[in-house]
Amino acid sequence: MATTVAAPAYAPAHSEEATGLWSWLTTVDHKRIGILYLFTSLFFFVWGGVEAAIIRAQLAAPNLNVVSADTYNQIFTMHGTTMVFLAIMPLSAAFFNLLIPLQVGARDVAFPRLNAFSYWIYLLGGIFISLPVFFHAAPDGGWFGYTPLTTKAHSPGINIDFWVIGLQILGISTLAASFNFITTIVNMRAPGMNMMRMPMFTWNTFVVQFLVLLAFPVITIALQFLIFDRFFGTNFYTTAAGADPLLWQHLFWIFGHPEVYILILPAFGLVSEVIPTFSRKPIFGYPVMVYATVLIGFLGFGVWAHHMFSVGMGPIADSVFSLTTMLIAIPTGVKIFNWISTMWGGALNFTTAMKFAVALVGMFTVGGISGVMHSSPPADLQQTDTYFIVAHFHYVLFGGSMFGLFAGVYHYFPKFSGRLMSEKLGNWSFWIMFLGMNLTFFPMHYSGLLGMPRRIYTYDADQGYTLFNQLSTLGTTILIVGIALTLHNLGRSWRKGERAGNDPWGAGTLEWSIPSPPPDYNFAELPNVTSRYPLWDVKAPELTREVPHTEAGDRRLGIGGPQAVTNGHEMGEVHVNPTAGSAHAGEGAPVMANAAASARRLPTAKELGIPMPNPSIMPLVCATGVVVMFCGLLFLGKSMATGVGIMILGALWWVASLYNWLTTPLEDAH
Amino acid sequence: MSALPLAALRQAVAPQSALRAGGPEAEQIGLLWNVLLVVGTAVTVGVLAFLAYALFRRRGDADETQGDRRMRAGVRWMVAGGVVLPIVVLMPILVLTMRTLGAVTLPSRTVASADEPPAPGEFVVEVTGRQYWWEVRYRARRPDLEFETANELRVPVGRRVVVRLRSRDVIHSFWVPGLQGKMDLVPGRTNALVFTAARPGRWRGQCAEFCGAQHAKMAFTVVAEPAAEWQAWAARQRADARPPADPATRAAQGAFLNSGCVLCHAVRGTPARGDAGPDLTHLASRLTLAAGTLPNTRGHLTGWVADPQSIKPGSLMPSVPLEPRTLHAIVRYLETLD
Repeated sequence: MATTVAAPAYAPAHSEEATGLWSWLTTVDHKRIGILYLFTSLFFFVWGGVEAAIIRAQLAAPNLNVVSADTYNQIFTMHGTTMVFLAIMPLSAAFFNLLIPLQVGARDVAFPRLNAFSYWIYLLGGIFISLPVFFHAAPDGGWFGYTPLTTKAHSPGINIDFWVIGLQILGISTLAASFNFITTIVNMRAPGMNMMRMPMFTWNTFVVQFLVLLAFPVITIALQFLIFDRFFGTNFYTTAAGADPLLWQHLFWIFGHPEVYILILPAFGLVSEVIPTFSRKPIFGYPVMVYATVLIGFLGFGVWAHHMFSVGMGPIADSVFSLTTMLIAIPTGVKIFNWISTMWGGALNFTTAMKFAVALVGMFTVGGISGVMHSSPPADLQQTDTYFIVAHFHYVLFGGSMFGLFAGVYHYFPKFSGRLMSEKLGNWSFWIMFLGMNLTFFPMHYSGLLGMPRRIYTYDADQGYTLFNQLSTLGTTILIVGIALTLHNLGRSWRKGERAGNDPWGAGTLEWSIPSPPPDYNFAELPNVTSRYPLWDVKAPELTREVPHTEAGDRRLGIGGPQAVTNGHEMGEVHVNPTAGSAHAGEGAPVMANAAASARRLPTAKELGIPMPNPSIMPLVCATGVVVMFCGLLFLGKSMATGVGIMILGALWWVASLYNWLTTPLEDAH
Repeated sequence: MSALPLAALRQAVAPQSALRAGGPEAEQIGLLWNVLLVVGTAVTVGVLAFLAYALFRRRGDADETQGDRRMRAGVRWMVAGGVVLPIVVLMPILVLTMRTLGAVTLPSRTVASADEPPAPGEFVVEVTGRQYWWEVRYRARRPDLEFETANELRVPVGRRVVVRLRSRDVIHSFWVPGLQGKMDLVPGRTNALVFTAARPGRWRGQCAEFCGAQHAKMAFTVVAEPAAEWQAWAARQRADARPPADPATRAAQGAFLNSGCVLCHAVRGTPARGDAGPDLTHLASRLTLAAGTLPNTRGHLTGWVADPQSIKPGSLMPSVPLEPRTLHAIVRYLETLD
């Protein structure tokens, strides 16, 4: 294949008209990829929720037989795996995709086709790891997959193969996305958008991508060792051959603890956008928030062994990890007080998004404090691997991550759909979820203290924790109703929600300055940014009096243009989108449905002379090849020739499509 | 925390509760836990109250005009709440943590000498985790005083017990919440923990690290009894199985020895030397069957021998089809092993 191939395998850019299935399969538009991420991850969230419901049904009373022991072990393994890798992380990725280019003032991510590749790998990997549950062959070694239980000697079935290969596939997706977003944030910020003017969500994303970059190689190595042990007979984790089973635990948790922050920081970022918007105040202590986020990222790498107090590391190691764990209370405490200070004296508007954001602050406090209790090894040794821990991390992951992500869904739905979600349904959904969440997880503190270990498929009545299990199961049914309401709200609003207009919430950051949904090129003219809240500078300058508006840097850049002096500080000219200019009228109204602006036809990228990346099927083809290659491993046991054959086929497949991808120009010449 | 669950908690009789200390180690941990609970609850309630106040306080004119003062107040709150509060609260907790850690953990030197016989005056029990039961070996300075049992730890009241923890297959975790925190049994390593039962009684323990299909049914009992009773019990346990006293029992023993049972189980004093399952020499003296799964009664024993896979599916004991006569003979023999 020549590099000067004349008829490339991509369609010309008509993305504004293209809505068919093919356009979704070939899209490289970060907003459409974000929407794919959003709905796929919500699907897996429901999937993981069904698994949770089965768990709670089984534990609703002593000695129930809703599912067998074997099935239960598969279900709880997949509940954890699904929620962590297929629901919360990709839901965060949905927001990275939807928001990062908009927030930094870019037209797309740095590598649009790599971005599509990340999504397709995620989808195929998710299907790969989820399907075996229908054949009673789902992974059954826990989401943490401790060796030697997961080695071939103790888990000879195909179950763990799906887990170890599936995670390896999903890791490719996450790592590719991390390169992409780091590059986007470093290189593609609009003129004047210096690091200390980036929105908090962008900052949190930035830190998360570095956590991914540093933590995922570790799990990759750990999984690779396990793959070699299981398929090629090496002895990385074979105790009989002198291996130390703690190698896996150290590798897993050096990844696993940063993973906790990979799950929570995007939610922190979202509420750091929601709270200022609905308090009508800039985020309090912005630089401190930034440093706290970075510090959490750093400290997150120094605490992994607090997951391992029970392995017998000795009092000295225990004390050191106890101390480093306690230190994390400082940056997180700072964040909580900064959110409260942001709300203090603000003109609060309790939209659904705001309720979820405030609930995050409260629920994360509860989960954070029980986390501090676990930092003390003697106390932790009574609590680890019991339902007390289950309560703790569900406060953090449901009350924290999921509430923050729901806040993001309600807040940003108008931006990417052009329509508002129903506040009435949202309000019901929030309160039902809030009640259900607390009723599900608070009693688990008691079950744990009364001695209920995790991951048991049944228990006896005389254990004395039946009542608390019944409360948890009752709470789960309530929680399901609340989640169903939000999903219904999403589907309904997607089709017939009220038109949103550019800026329904009166927010201050760049993404709200452009139409909803944004045109494929996002910004007709790249904005010049002069402060952290460029839109408030124009629409509500009184809100940004206390935000620094330095000009030295902007002068060096030769941007800023004619400067206006408002309220004693200098304010550069904020870009005016040719199509969105009128949307700046009516400032300050918390909800303004600017139907006229959205309904007007937007000029296409071509008309504006903006080169946009062309759609391409190659990311999907390439991702499929990667998955086929990994599938070959599954056949090795049956027949060496078949397995190797499939692997070679898959490798040729993805290398060829990658070659095609790399030799096809990203965009048409203009 | 509302009053209702607390009241329910007080009434709950939970044999595996971490909240009722049975000895000095558990008491030390309990003290630390109480401090953490009180401080943690106070901080949580305080932060939540502050959050609620920030949400619902009346917005004053000051909020509009005194931006600088508001900013300074916010910084003070941030420093006080986010930096000073955690340090002031956590420093004493860290100190208490280290003191407790020192008091309830064995120094590493004890762990290092794991293979050796106990030091003079030391009471050592070696517990080996197996899928899904506990092999219990009482160590002694004289080899003839050592003996083996399963799924049950009998200890003298007031005696400081060192438990050496090992595993033959995967990672398990030894946890008797009423006496000590948990400690993992890691293949290739020997861990150790120490506990003291301050009064006679029974404490339930359970595996706390997921170890496979029947992780849920891998429990055991710690029984503390006065020293004299313990001595008598130990003397019986050391002895070989009682030989059959009458022809019927002799026939029953024959049925047992001719069955597949002996491939996995040992009965000291007979040719049965299997090592894959629990030692059955004094099975009838134990409180439970199948690692805390069933009370040790004739009915349960018969059910268990007949079809373990329906009671503990995935356990390593196979369900072997037995003639009713053989089954009852085996059960009859096992019942004599007291």
